[in-house]
Amino acid sequence: MTQDMLVDLIVKAILEVQAAEIATPAALEHTPPASKSEVTSARIGVGRAGTRLRTDTYLQFRADHAAARDAVYNDVPAELLQQLNLPEFVTQCKSRDEFLTRPDLGRVFSEQTAKAIAAHNPQPCDVLIYAADGLSSKAIAANLENILPVLTESISQQGLRCGKPFFVKYGRVASMEQVAQLTGAKVICVLIGERPGLGSAESMSAYMAYAPTVGMPEARRTVVSNIYSGGLNAVEAGAYVAEVLGRMHREKKSGVELNEA
Amino acid sequence: MNLTTTLHAKSFTFRDVKDVLARANEEKSGDQLAGVAAQSSLERVAAKQVLSNLLVSDLRENPVVPYEQDDVTRIIQDGVDEQVYAEIRNWSIAELRHFLLDTASIEDTIKRISTGLTSEVVAGVCKLMGNLDLVHAASKLRVPATCNTTIGLRGTYSTRLQPNHTTDSVPGVTASLLEGLSYGCGDALLGLNPVNDSVGTMTEILKRFAQIKQEYAIPTQTCVLAHIKTQIEALKQGAPMDMIFQSIAGSQKGNEAFGFTTETIQEAQALLKTHGTSRGPNVMYFETGQGSELSSDAHYGADQVTMEARCYGYAKAFAPFMVNTVVGFIGPEYLYDSRQVIRAGLEDHFMGKLSGVPMGCDCCYTNHMQADQNDVENLALLLAASGVNFTIGVPAGDDIMLNYQTNAYHDAAAIRDTLGLKPIAEFDAWLEKMGITRDGKLTELAGKPELIFGRAKP
Repeated sequence: MTQDMLVDLIVKAILEVQAAEIATPAALEHTPPASKSEVTSARIGVGRAGTRLRTDTYLQFRADHAAARDAVYNDVPAELLQQLNLPEFVTQCKSRDEFLTRPDLGRVFSEQTAKAIAAHNPQPCDVLIYAADGLSSKAIAANLENILPVLTESISQQGLRCGKPFFVKYGRVASMEQVAQLTGAKVICVLIGERPGLGSAESMSAYMAYAPTVGMPEARRTVVSNIYSGGLNAVEAGAYVAEVLGRMHREKKSGVELNEA
Repeated sequence: MNLTTTLHAKSFTFRDVKDVLARANEEKSGDQLAGVAAQSSLERVAAKQVLSNLLVSDLRENPVVPYEQDDVTRIIQDGVDEQVYAEIRNWSIAELRHFLLDTASIEDTIKRISTGLTSEVVAGVCKLMGNLDLVHAASKLRVPATCNTTIGLRGTYSTRLQPNHTTDSVPGVTASLLEGLSYGCGDALLGLNPVNDSVGTMTEILKRFAQIKQEYAIPTQTCVLAHIKTQIEALKQGAPMDMIFQSIAGSQKGNEAFGFTTETIQEAQALLKTHGTSRGPNVMYFETGQGSELSSDAHYGADQVTMEARCYGYAKAFAPFMVNTVVGFIGPEYLYDSRQVIRAGLEDHFMGKLSGVPMGCDCCYTNHMQADQNDVENLALLLAASGVNFTIGVPAGDDIMLNYQTNAYHDAAAIRDTLGLKPIAEFDAWLEKMGITRDGKLTELAGKPELIFGRAKP
């Protein structure tokens, strides 16, 4: 690569909007920051106030952090669960705080709750799909009502028996182990809120496993992540996840073993 | 060895040295999760009191992971200078603390004694130090290291420029990289965490780094932080590499969970000597963080500060260029809030320096922790005052790939300006030459990469 080509590339990389022509230092100081780059969502071209962030950059950052915090700390709206007809089961965590500091408690249910989960799906099914808040209630609020109908319909179309979905509060991915044990479902899928970044708090993941058991290696899980409007949209994700679940059921395996097949 | 004390008319007895070390820790959610933390504030202080009266030899003779089972323990124990150890083996941990804080103890005195300490002793004395003790004692010590340039000299404060991108897009990474340089970041390292851990991706990025470094004659180091085995493969295939990175743990089991062994590091070092693009001799980059051993069930019932100290004892054997404690990345189940993160950052920096490794810190937090940007700004300033080798810089503090926050590109200049610190000398001269700084202050061009790098070369 020649020097000129490199310079061209660099200029292209930075400059979606060319900054003002070189003028006096005083004019430069007051040049507004370049508009958002097309090559990255990173906060570049933001300018500065002395050695610090400009007020608009600072407040935008604070607003995005506030939204991410709310996604972690707020509950999934009860109306949404009602509308989707999803009963709520709570893990052994007694508060959001306990959920965040005790991952071990976010995977297990009390005896009473365990009975209720079993009673909700009294007959063993082929595929059981449920949702959990995980680290972002906003992810569930944004995606669940779009993905759930696609998923259950596609599973039925494959001739598989789909269990009755539900919602787990203070739930971790590994709650699927006890859920499988309680319901006898062959394939389990948990739709769970991802740890939010500043860019988006709406990203959801689908974690799946064939006959998960307590203490199994993580490599037995399959994950489809980044499900949200800015990544893999919920409807498309639903079709894809249903296909993977069908394959797991047919081939009786998941995770790394499924990829190797 | 006395493991019993009475405090406020209450008697406390501890099981063994490992138990004393764990319960003497400042409060950490990770120690609670592991079930090794003090059960009350009074018990915590009782453990500190017992610890203060234990001898250096008590801690050396009771490593938290047995010598026979663990090569981290073996490397640490075998690396002790026996002559120095013989001089201090009968010091109590309280006496060691007094020695470190004594105004007569200058850098060379402390560095000599530190060769006689095992990681359990380093962790032990750390547990008896307040935050200002940690800052002050660490500020006496400098641990420089040389790759292409020399990091860690007194009066300098450096940054790793971290231009991460959600898809490893080369133009996207380039844009972030040039933005960071335009604020005076990157004298420690231009270092990317790749999304895709492959030889192809990392080679593509490294080639871009090398082009830019060469084009603008930037005196610094570059690295793409893929898995060590991916990096070894890339180096064999001719990727331009100054150094090799790996996350490490304080036990062999923890390292195996990271997918490497001591032999892997030795292979990387040997390969860099023949195929690397840097001058050296310091060509390894390690990352650590309190709690990583527990997360892979490789902590052997020990607390996370002691396991962290062992990372530094292990790292020292490979004479790295950088050791980076990624202090708030692991989440609230290990470090609950900003109080714990700041404490851990100060502990890690102190322990790293006392162990003799060139210490930096990624002052960071995730969105599910009780911490925010104010806290990492606090920590960076405290560490810069302690003489930390480097911190991290990302665009406006937001890492779009790792989904966490650390210091902004802007912070380096603010901290240097506030505390009167400078970048590495060659890089400082480069900043002046490029017009990014004048007499150490940001110029009107700073923060405008299109004007600095977009112009045809003079």
